[in-house]
Amino acid sequence: MSNVSYLNNNTEIAWCPGCGNFAIRKTMDQVYQELGIDKQKLVMVSGIGQAPKSPHYLDVSFFNGLHGRSLPTATGVKLANPELTVVVESGDGNVYGEGGNHFLHALRRDIDITVIVHNNMVYGLTKGQASPTSRKGFQTPVQTTGVLLEPFNPLATALSLKSGFVARANAADSEQTKEVIKAAIRHKGFSLVDLFQVCVSFNKTNDYKWFKDHTYYLEDEYRPDDRMQALQRAMEEDPLPLGIFFQQENDRSFHEKLPAYSQDKSPLYRRQVNFEELNKMIDEQFV
Amino acid sequence: MKSEKTIKGEVSIVLAGAAGQGIQSIEKILSHIIKEDGYHVFTTSEFMSRVRGGMNSTEIRVSSHGGHAYVDNIDIFIPLKKGLTPFLEQRINDETVIIGEKEELDYEQIIDVPFSAIAKEIGNKIYSNSVALGLIGGLLSLSETLMNEHIVKVFSAKGEEIVENNRRALQEGYRRGKELGSTYKIEISKNNHSSEAPMQGQTMLLSGTDAVALGALAGGCNMISSYPMSPSTGVLVSLAGYAERMGIVAEQAESEIAAINMALGGWYAGGRAMITTSGGGYDLMTEGTSLAAIIESPMVFHIAQRPGPATGLPTRTGQEDLNLVLYAGHGEYPRVVLAPGTTTEAFELTRQAFDIADRFQVPVFILTDQYLVDSFFDTPRFEIDETQPVNHIVKTDADYRRYQLRGKDTEGVSSDESGLSPRGIPGYGEGRVRVDSDEHTEEGFITEDVLGVRPPMVEKRLFKKLRLLEENALPPKLIGSTDYSTLVICWGSNRNAAAEALQKIGSDKIALLHLPQLFPLHPSVAEYLERAEGTCVVENNATGQCADLLEHETGQKIDEKILKYNGIPFSVEELQEKIEKIAGVHNE
Repeated sequence: MSNVSYLNNNTEIAWCPGCGNFAIRKTMDQVYQELGIDKQKLVMVSGIGQAPKSPHYLDVSFFNGLHGRSLPTATGVKLANPELTVVVESGDGNVYGEGGNHFLHALRRDIDITVIVHNNMVYGLTKGQASPTSRKGFQTPVQTTGVLLEPFNPLATALSLKSGFVARANAADSEQTKEVIKAAIRHKGFSLVDLFQVCVSFNKTNDYKWFKDHTYYLEDEYRPDDRMQALQRAMEEDPLPLGIFFQQENDRSFHEKLPAYSQDKSPLYRRQVNFEELNKMIDEQFV
Repeated sequence: MKSEKTIKGEVSIVLAGAAGQGIQSIEKILSHIIKEDGYHVFTTSEFMSRVRGGMNSTEIRVSSHGGHAYVDNIDIFIPLKKGLTPFLEQRINDETVIIGEKEELDYEQIIDVPFSAIAKEIGNKIYSNSVALGLIGGLLSLSETLMNEHIVKVFSAKGEEIVENNRRALQEGYRRGKELGSTYKIEISKNNHSSEAPMQGQTMLLSGTDAVALGALAGGCNMISSYPMSPSTGVLVSLAGYAERMGIVAEQAESEIAAINMALGGWYAGGRAMITTSGGGYDLMTEGTSLAAIIESPMVFHIAQRPGPATGLPTRTGQEDLNLVLYAGHGEYPRVVLAPGTTTEAFELTRQAFDIADRFQVPVFILTDQYLVDSFFDTPRFEIDETQPVNHIVKTDADYRRYQLRGKDTEGVSSDESGLSPRGIPGYGEGRVRVDSDEHTEEGFITEDVLGVRPPMVEKRLFKKLRLLEENALPPKLIGSTDYSTLVICWGSNRNAAAEALQKIGSDKIALLHLPQLFPLHPSVAEYLERAEGTCVVENNATGQCADLLEHETGQKIDEKILKYNGIPFSVEELQEKIEKIAGVHNE
């Protein structure tokens, strides 16, 4: 526990009044404080949308990159310097839509990063089109007769790819959300937190009341150690369960298995070219 | 085909066969033996985009003068399979000596060497390639000891019997080659003091791919993320192979888009990353290039060109992507484009690419092509500059601003003069390192300040950097007389063929200007052009992209273009003929 605030109060916040993101921002500050994360060793990565602005409003180093590309970027950050805690905060469009393929492969890679996906079932920044998680029948100016596509199920996808940490939270319940995110960051390996949140401007269907009425918390006696059982719960559609569905510790993180870190554990920026070895290699292979 | 012949100074041996028949293994083993025996050697192959079957060929060129370029001429043709592609057919002439299995092939005049029958007698048809290998060795009078050593090395893992049988096949082939050699004499001097093109000290045999990979290592590359694509994949394979020894993070990304974003994440956190791809893969990285520009991240791209559009000719060569890398990515930003012409240059430019990218915080492109990366050259051993590559990063202090417009940078020059904001990385120092794809303030926060922030940011990122890049551009290389009237200009892999063509023409009125850096151009390029009475650009594309660039950048008209766009590199002969014709006009 550090008593240093992680909020950046010097930047004007560009979210709509009443946006679900305000609560998440406060929660993230508490998460970092309670975990006592070293600010100098923390990097947040985000894409484009409203959620990806979050790192701007926190006192952190960040890489606010391209739409959809937060996961490969975060992977690169972690691989170049494993001493960093890497947290991705982006939206459903970014992670599940534009970056869907990266999501699949980051899960397979089990890179040691935490991914918090603001899931408000709508595209806010572009003013109200369907997102990959919009429910069937959801009407928008583009999906005029309602969404026809099956909503993307991130939890079931993650579980099927043998992810070691799969959770869902509701941002309105800040206490529960905080505990879930803390566990996610502590987890060694890829951790997914699908985070329900409202969009007050463009989603009048899935509002605070809707999320309250259509979710419930996994029972106290639920143990997140059975993947098949977790998958079954992740397939439930109405009401939608909340909590940690599955958690399994890894012996070694992805980067620890790479040849680049087998001998030398130091981050790349502290490494020097081994010219002796390079010359030896040239003589062995090419001369 | 003549019944007797002496081939002097250089010989071009072409092996042809189906994919999977092993012509590339013969090429590989043979080129090493030739090089170790002290000759200049160059090999290049053309192959179809298939794993088995088809008709591929490889040219093995041995010469006294160090001919490191493709020639159309075939002195000795060894087909391992019936049938010919029109491309090979037009290269076979009355002088070509054809050697092969008479029964299997349909040539009127062929020197019959029944490779498979000989192999079968030894034990199995699979030894025929060793017979062929021995035959060429015998023809060239290569050291039999060396040949034996190589055969043992190649097959040692497969057990004693296989080694022994291959050795016997080799010996039988060698004996027959020696016999043939009394009718078809090949006289080539070794690469020593008496040679026309002596290489001092140790030499290496390596491909353009190897040279790029080694250059990257010497430049301090410690990360590569890429998606496989011919003909660029070799660099990924190579660096993955060095991962443990040299401490390289080598990751096969799920797509080119992932690759570039991963690499940028790597640079942000203090790595020195590169990607390797070809034109189509690079198309997917263009948004990432634009991102590199706005976040002012260093980035090194290796792009091995092949003919397009779209999938085009996947295994063949071209220089069609100069415009792509010059203009890729939305928005306006500076970049550096390098195009090596030899293995030495590929090594040196790749090494330097990392420093240029890091120092100036810009994307740097190394533009090669299938012909350069897949060909093998004997090369003087690289002299490696062992000065540790400098990480141009600063330790941040508490009030660090990534996009500082004024202040001191690492080299003691104020950033508003140099155009550079000192680059910090997270985890090194007390500050926050904020990078954003949106227009940003000095601190890295999103801004819409179109009056106070946007203009100076553009000036810093674009104009000031461009000026620095121009000041640090690599000079062109003039090959030949300074008293020229015709100036032939080339870039990338055409350097060797063009230089050899000019040497064969032997006129001091024609010189070659090779451009290792295409953007920004070194100021002397314009001066060289100005001094010429006639100019001619040689490039492997249909529109003359480099000629257009030269006209645009220097304001001078390019008189002639020699273009080729069928997927095959320029041969020495065709360049000689075309340049002679053009220069003849100008020199009259």
